[in-house]
Amino acid sequence: MEEDTSGTVKKFLYVNRKAPYGTIYALESLEVVLIAAAFDQDVSLAFLDDGVYQIMKGQLTKGIDVKNFSPTYRALEGYDIEKLYVEKESMDERGLTTDDFCVEVKVISKAEMAALMTSSDVVLSF
Amino acid sequence: MKFGILVNEGPYTHEAADTAYQFAKAALEKGHKIHRVFFYHDGVNNSTRLTEPPTDDRNIVQRWQKLAADHKIDLVVCVAAALRRGIRDENLAEGFRISGLGQLIESGIQADRLVTFGD
Repeated sequence: MEEDTSGTVKKFLYVNRKAPYGTIYALESLEVVLIAAAFDQDVSLAFLDDGVYQIMKGQLTKGIDVKNFSPTYRALEGYDIEKLYVEKESMDERGLTTDDFCVEVKVISKAEMAALMTSSDVVLSF
Repeated sequence: MKFGILVNEGPYTHEAADTAYQFAKAALEKGHKIHRVFFYHDGVNNSTRLTEPPTDDRNIVQRWQKLAADHKIDLVVCVAAALRRGIRDENLAEGFRISGLGQLIESGIQADRLVTFGD
């Protein structure tokens, strides 16, 4: 009954807007991204607002007794997920630079982020 | 148009589940198709048959069940998110099924639009 989806390649954009801890959104979003990698789709990740904190280097979560899942971002490359975008305004507002991130990202402006969203087929915002 | 719907919040605490339902209902009334509703994060709590709201309030779980039965909509609950929150086949409401995140990606590929309802 299900349609055959093989051969269809859509542009998926995962928008990460929330801090890594405090809520589960960031962790469960990453779980979707990892599953999505098996579908041979065109995948991009965007980090904006407090979402930029998700890819910070040196996360220590022992004090709050929550799993530090940030090493997983570094594993994305192994899944052929290499298009990571950070919104410049969100980064600047928080006093961060690309040196603070544990993965390689492309920094884009708010306007460019809007264009990226417009050009994507499926935008999943977490 | 063929829509896929993603519900990321639980019932009652957050209005997202209500809005998703109202959106689905309105789209169907306009002649659109909803092929799947995928429940993720706390959204999985929309699927427990143990839900029992006061009788003068809407029953969100039953509302999904009826909409799905009337329009042959696939109600899919993410297995990983469900197990984290104590939703399993034993307490799953009829009309819902537990499956993997692949069903969400598939919905994104198959639907003309995938619409997210969440915080």
